[in-house]
Amino acid sequence: MGQESKQTNIAFVIGASSMGTLIEWYDFYIFGMLATIISKQFFPADAGTAALLSTLAIFAAGFIVRPFGALVFGRLGDLIGRKHTFLLTLIIMGGSTFAIGLVPGYATIGWAAPILVLILRLLQGLALGGEYGGAATYVAEHAPAGQRGFWTSWIQTTATLGLFLALGIIILIRTNQGVEKFSAEWGGWRYPFWISILLVGVSVLIRMRMSESPMFTKLKAEGKTSTNPLKESFGQKANFKMVLLALFGAVMGQGVVWYTGQFYAQSFIETVCKIEFVQSRNIMLIAILMATPCFVLFGWLSDKVGRKWIMLLGMLLAIFTYRPIYQTFLNISNTQSRIDKIDLAKTVASAVKAKTDSKDPTKIYITQSFDTAYTDGAVFKYIKTDTLKLGATYNALIPIDSLNPSLIVSKSAKPNVVVEKTLGHAAYWDMIWLVFIQIVYVTMVYGPIAAFLVEMFPTKIRYTSMSLPYHIGNGVFGGLVPFLGTLIVEFTKTTASPMGDSLAGLWYPIGVASICFIIGLFYLTNKIDKNVMD
Amino acid sequence: MNTIKKLLGYLWMLIAPSIILFLLYEAYDKISKAPAALESNVILQWTIILLVFTPICVGFFIFGAYASKGEYDQLPAVSTEID
Repeated sequence: MGQESKQTNIAFVIGASSMGTLIEWYDFYIFGMLATIISKQFFPADAGTAALLSTLAIFAAGFIVRPFGALVFGRLGDLIGRKHTFLLTLIIMGGSTFAIGLVPGYATIGWAAPILVLILRLLQGLALGGEYGGAATYVAEHAPAGQRGFWTSWIQTTATLGLFLALGIIILIRTNQGVEKFSAEWGGWRYPFWISILLVGVSVLIRMRMSESPMFTKLKAEGKTSTNPLKESFGQKANFKMVLLALFGAVMGQGVVWYTGQFYAQSFIETVCKIEFVQSRNIMLIAILMATPCFVLFGWLSDKVGRKWIMLLGMLLAIFTYRPIYQTFLNISNTQSRIDKIDLAKTVASAVKAKTDSKDPTKIYITQSFDTAYTDGAVFKYIKTDTLKLGATYNALIPIDSLNPSLIVSKSAKPNVVVEKTLGHAAYWDMIWLVFIQIVYVTMVYGPIAAFLVEMFPTKIRYTSMSLPYHIGNGVFGGLVPFLGTLIVEFTKTTASPMGDSLAGLWYPIGVASICFIIGLFYLTNKIDKNVMD
Repeated sequence: MNTIKKLLGYLWMLIAPSIILFLLYEAYDKISKAPAALESNVILQWTIILLVFTPICVGFFIFGAYASKGEYDQLPAVSTEID
């Protein structure tokens, strides 16, 4: 085969593998990104934080089940081949994502709604657990020696591009429909789930044209494939100790750095800094777009200087800079430090508005918003809503100012306050750069990891052996970053400090990355295995 | 370097059960302090955390044991050495 033909072949392999993996990530992410709406739609309306935590638990379940997917599909991939296995995972993922978009809300079918969603979410996790190892192995087994880091880094970009695609589609639909229509039971939030079936259909067609990995085909022809990949991967000390080393010396640190940079950052900007929905997502989108080429850069560099030091440097930078970065997030969005920048001419308080509850005409919501404008272009919006229970039906024709106070039977003890901050141009870009820095760390730890894992294990049990540490590291250690981060902040809340320490959640990724860094530093070698054909 | 690897192995063997004990203590503490309305949710959260992290800590202990015995003193140069 000529050089040009080889390049075309590898380009097709990369394109076809990456597209399927990108779609799987897209499917997986839209659930997490729509967690707040999903929690409202599929859980009892009065549960509040409990509902959000339940959704996060489902989110976590989606991640926790990934190692099991790695075992099931990894075994299958080492027994019957890479191609058919990751075709199957794609179909399971696409089908369950589409089905989530079809489940009626809690208001319509009660507890069946969260149960169905949980089952479908578990299927998603299972499929994702089988996908990545297959795609990375498949590409690595096609890549020329000495360029494995470069070619597999394209697969690494899919996780971030999947996030980009998911964010982009959600923003597009939400902006077109408006918040109310988007969040309704059968509103636009379901469209990203439905779109998935089209994307998966195209990807399945492309993947069906692919041929089996040459290495696996050779092993099969020689009758040297594994008969029991699970036993050979985890039952033999020589291989099992490498699985443990891959997990504790590289992947667990990579997992927490990844999920902190891409998910915890987004959650922090939106829920702690209270940055407005579209602006917070734009910050993520721009930062991701700018940093994505670094995956390929660090993948390529790892072919030249080795994988170890690039990954460890990414972890070390994360350990030392996370707290200053997140403290700067807080400073940028802080109201107190901006008092001297208030633009009084543009600061307005809206008229008081009253709205009757759609089910109870004696219940009314009194809303007033205060838009504080700042000289740097920022606008911080506070929307305060009081709930009043009247002794009679409210007549909307009577202005709320003229409401007879004797009609009020009860008033909500605490008003519901929604804060939405829109940053000015300079602060907006400051936030983008801070997220960008974190995603560069992600590219340092994640860009070379596929090549690193592929080189650690022999062909006949590669799919199984690399999938498990990858999905424990990313699914469990990484996937639980938002969940455990939120939980740790909850623990710091006291009566004296009702908001708790907003930065406390960072101790989890910092702690895990620190242990991983020490293990990687002392136990890993920087040697590149030139020959993965064994 | 190999001595450091072995000594660190003992440290990992100590850290692994300590994490399990810490998580058990935290689970007991947080469940007992949880308000009645949220108790089932808190139990669910901690059950998930314990179920997930206990086998990982066992794996970490085994990793420490291997390290303390010098299993990582010489890593395989090529993956055929693993076979």
